[in-house]
Amino acid sequence: MPINVRIPSPLMKLTNNQGEVSAEGKNIGEVLSDLERQYPGIRERLYDENGSLRRFINIYKNEEDIRFLDGESTPTKDGDEISIIPAIAGGSIKNVRF
Amino acid sequence: MSDFDFTDEQIHRYSRHIILPQVGGKGQKKLLESKVLILGAGGLGSPAAYYLAAAGIGTMGIVDFDEVDISNLQRQILHNTADIGRPKVESAKKTIVSLNPDVKVECYREKITSENIRRIIEGYDIILDGSDNFPTRYLVNDACIISNKINVHGSIFRFEGQVTVFKPKEGPCYRCLYPEPPPAGMVPSCQEAGVLGVLPGIIGTLQAIEALKLILDIGKPLVGSLLLYDSLKTEFRQLKLRQDTECPVCSENPTITELIDYEEFCGVRI
Repeated sequence: MPINVRIPSPLMKLTNNQGEVSAEGKNIGEVLSDLERQYPGIRERLYDENGSLRRFINIYKNEEDIRFLDGESTPTKDGDEISIIPAIAGGSIKNVRF
Repeated sequence: MSDFDFTDEQIHRYSRHIILPQVGGKGQKKLLESKVLILGAGGLGSPAAYYLAAAGIGTMGIVDFDEVDISNLQRQILHNTADIGRPKVESAKKTIVSLNPDVKVECYREKITSENIRRIIEGYDIILDGSDNFPTRYLVNDACIISNKINVHGSIFRFEGQVTVFKPKEGPCYRCLYPEPPPAGMVPSCQEAGVLGVLPGIIGTLQAIEALKLILDIGKPLVGSLLLYDSLKTEFRQLKLRQDTECPVCSENPTITELIDYEEFCGVRI
């Protein structure tokens, strides 16, 4: 049950410069875990030390922010698209590397 | 046309607006009476201010503390090579006024802080945020909520951009989207990023269009919607933004009621 995941530029180093990758899972949390299995290091960029999603990164299922759905328990199905949308501030150089 | 007190020159200058039924003489008069504040005369502020000046925005405030550097000229089209070393607000004013003498330009060569932002934004209808750092983004957001100002937000990163409109009471704010800025310690290096020079041209002009729509009250502004542009994929997408009922600044019971100066991320820290 592949889910398409959109990777923002600041994380593309971890996905071999791929802007879209495929991952599996029955909900958002599982999809993000599968992403970590395939691309180690991505989890710590998305989650803080308490295991919560970082507050300057949003995860969307299709057009909706998962915070307004069921968070990481939001179910996913074949054909859904997950987008990782970080806050960006630019400018040219004063951007965050998360 | 005479109802609107245009000069003959203005009727010619704005004729392509005036013949649009959605703008007309009435709309052009609104533009000439409007006041827009441009935060940052940089990559985003340059194209936005330039097109808004052409459109006949009557009063434009420009806020920027910096001087023109040669590395700015790859994208910051308000400035040219002879302006290197001059304050950006001066060079911006010169370019804007030479394009359209109808525009009254107010320069603010100041760093935006919690102390001065409310004074600076006070006299303007629309705030166009083209700043380049998180502390300013949050300060602008919070001040616009507190002072009830519309914030036309644009930001860029390498090949991607985001645009949205934060309209107090009618839609979400920046903190509904991202409640807190990234901590300063999360930024090991600030020199890694770059930006494709034309990208802020796209994003800044989208901000200018949103500002015009808001002033003219036409179409559907990007309130509650985040427009994403990916230049490499040549793709525009829109995501829904929702008001967070627990937003620290724009909810019924805000926990942030005073402006905060966050730390600058670059320069001081490693």
